[in-house]
Amino acid sequence: MSTLDFKANGLPAHPEKATQEGRAKLVGFWLYMSAEAVLFATFFGTFMTFRNSVNGGPTGAELFAIPMVFTATAILLVSSLTSVFAIMAMQRNLASKMRFWFAVTVLLGASFLGLEVYEFVEYVHEGHTFTSSPFGSSFYTLVGFHGAHVLFGVLWISTLLLRNINRPIDTYVAPKYYVASLYWHFVDLVWVFIFTIVYLFGMVG
Amino acid sequence: MATSYLDKKFSLWDWLTTVDHKKIGTLYFFAGIFYFAVGGLEALLIRIQLMYPMNDFLDGETFNQVMTMHGTTMLFFAATPLLFAFMNWVVPLQIGARDVAFPFLNSLGFWMFFFGALLTNSSFFLGGAPQAGWTSYAPLALDYKGTDFFVLGLQISGAGTIMSAINFLTTIFTMRAPGMTLLRMPLFTWSTVVASALIMFAFTPLTGALFLLMFERMFDAKFFDVAAGGNVVLYEHIFWIFGHPEVYLLVLPAFGIISDVIAAISRKRLFGYHSMVFATVLIGFIGFMVWAHHMFAVGMGPTVNSVFGIATMLVGVPTGIKVFNWIFTMIGGKVQFNTAGLFAVSFIPSFVIGGITGVMLASSAADFQFHDTYFVIAHFHYVIVGGIVQAIFAGMFYWWPKIFGKMLNETLGKWMFWLFLIGFNLTFYIQHYLGLWGMPRRVFTYLPNQGWDTANFVSSVGAFFMTAAVILLVINVIVTFARGEKAVQDPWYGRTLEWSIPSPPPEYNFARTPIVRSNDPWWYEKMQGKKEMQYAEPLAEIHMPNPSIIPMIMAFGTFIAGYGFIYSSWFGVFLGFGITGVCMFIRSIKDDHGQHVHPEGLHVEKGVHHSA
Repeated sequence: MSTLDFKANGLPAHPEKATQEGRAKLVGFWLYMSAEAVLFATFFGTFMTFRNSVNGGPTGAELFAIPMVFTATAILLVSSLTSVFAIMAMQRNLASKMRFWFAVTVLLGASFLGLEVYEFVEYVHEGHTFTSSPFGSSFYTLVGFHGAHVLFGVLWISTLLLRNINRPIDTYVAPKYYVASLYWHFVDLVWVFIFTIVYLFGMVG
Repeated sequence: MATSYLDKKFSLWDWLTTVDHKKIGTLYFFAGIFYFAVGGLEALLIRIQLMYPMNDFLDGETFNQVMTMHGTTMLFFAATPLLFAFMNWVVPLQIGARDVAFPFLNSLGFWMFFFGALLTNSSFFLGGAPQAGWTSYAPLALDYKGTDFFVLGLQISGAGTIMSAINFLTTIFTMRAPGMTLLRMPLFTWSTVVASALIMFAFTPLTGALFLLMFERMFDAKFFDVAAGGNVVLYEHIFWIFGHPEVYLLVLPAFGIISDVIAAISRKRLFGYHSMVFATVLIGFIGFMVWAHHMFAVGMGPTVNSVFGIATMLVGVPTGIKVFNWIFTMIGGKVQFNTAGLFAVSFIPSFVIGGITGVMLASSAADFQFHDTYFVIAHFHYVIVGGIVQAIFAGMFYWWPKIFGKMLNETLGKWMFWLFLIGFNLTFYIQHYLGLWGMPRRVFTYLPNQGWDTANFVSSVGAFFMTAAVILLVINVIVTFARGEKAVQDPWYGRTLEWSIPSPPPEYNFARTPIVRSNDPWWYEKMQGKKEMQYAEPLAEIHMPNPSIIPMIMAFGTFIAGYGFIYSSWFGVFLGFGITGVCMFIRSIKDDHGQHVHPEGLHVEKGVHHSA
């Protein structure tokens, strides 16, 4: 690694791309995300096919409440920002600062999940279930899949943090952090589409 | 002789834990050949049943199972892994790499495929195989327990396929030897790029479609419940958004094999290299815009049908470019008609016949006549058997010496070729007419004296010829392993990088990373009077990945979870995913820095380059 230009803090300028393994991981992960995007697109398409097939049950306009969905959206978008802070800290070789921001990201992700579970329980009480209608089935498939991705991200970043709790940042772990934050952005981006297509479109009918 | 990757003493543990791309290719190959035999046996049962009118060899339900599993097995568990075998064997060698980008993931992809295929096929012994056709349309498929095996098995193997595709793309994008620019890559590597991209964007919709089917069957979802406002045509759309690119992602690597083989047997540079690359990419691109031509009879209306019909006909343009380029490569070349060459040459007319009937099917008005008849069967078997299978055979005879260090027997090979060619045309050519005479596909028997009796008999006889050919191939492989002629480094006077290293290659492929100075880099060096490649680095320690058992256990976890879902046992689901999750956790927390192969081994290596 001697040919790379080192910064004064002891890490290459982009520690996540400093090794061949790191570069491959990044390329591979971008490819993975594009494949996942198509999977989500399939579920979006399914949802849009059935968004009005409520089978006599409550419609989106009757179910969705803007304050809660807005709160969930705000939480998730802020968590994206905190993961950016974490990566900025990582690139400056500030390990504890990075861990702090990733911990905040995990907490925000967990609270998003809490809100989502609460939301789903509410819907079930109002008669909007997985088996009540095509609308219900496609709604829970799409939003549930996203929720599962958030859960996976929370577990992933937590594992990274615990495993490397006392470890300085180096070119071996930097790609791991970086890829986890990419994943987190991806999951957030999917939520932006869910917010628009499921909730906003749903509320205007 | 240098130590090759095969020299290590055989041990089961070694094969279960291997991350070497050549060994994983070999695993894919033998698993693929096994399922090719299983699918072939199913085909034989189908043809025996249809040999005579009102035959009672199989009853209707068994026939449906065999017919469904024939299609599923051949596409997902035979053709795909066989092509993956070639990609694993050849692509790193062609680009001058020592392994793939993610060796661990490569192994995981294989084991996911392996257990997925096992799960689907276990249905024969667990209450009946899937019987709704390989397309598994809702609502028909919803009635059968076998559908669960179809869904879960494909879900698991499909995930493995997607990760392998990502792996190949990353390898090709990040690990090419110096000088190997994108537009110097051999056609097989290029077709791997496009096929992998197709897998990424086509297998994911399949994953989605399978989830819908699975949720409908297991959790009582309402997607396809028309009374509740569901829509069954949605499944057909999503399935074919996968299904059409699926056949292209199989045929493009076949094109790639044929392009490499034809250039080698003609001893000539591939004619129109750049147009070949362009055509490959274009076919992949158009492949996503034609799916609804499988659904002309659904009733989408003349406008939609015309648009998809014309888009489909467009595919003929880049395909035509390829066909002419292959012919122009051979013109003026010293064409060697060895077995690989015979298969490669007979690929061209066979594929063209399949292509022409494809254009006929694309005209939607005529398709109302062709739809669901044996004409369609004849069409896609000309493409798949005449195209993909012949290309796989060509590739086998071409690359076998490189991978196993022994030459497949040419005499047996030529017997096999002629038996296969005769059998294949006997079976499928007449089916065009059967279709035009009105015989519907997927029927388990038919009444006599409708003008179909002789044609069906002829078709069935052809199946026996093909069976004989495949048996000859198996004998050939066994004979070759037992006492085959040793292969030299460059038996075909090859053009691409894989022929510049020993047969079989050492574990690390290239003792020193070569510099690529031209298209057909190895041919170029030979023309310059060189005996070996120019190198980009001095002899030094080589960094190689560590073997690991974790991928196999991780995939085994999904296998257990699959049965958990099928038998509605949450215990099974949690146990299975628990195993997978623990494996992921271990993989995540354990540092894996790989190992170094020492230069002592490299010294022995040095002399070998001069042996050719």
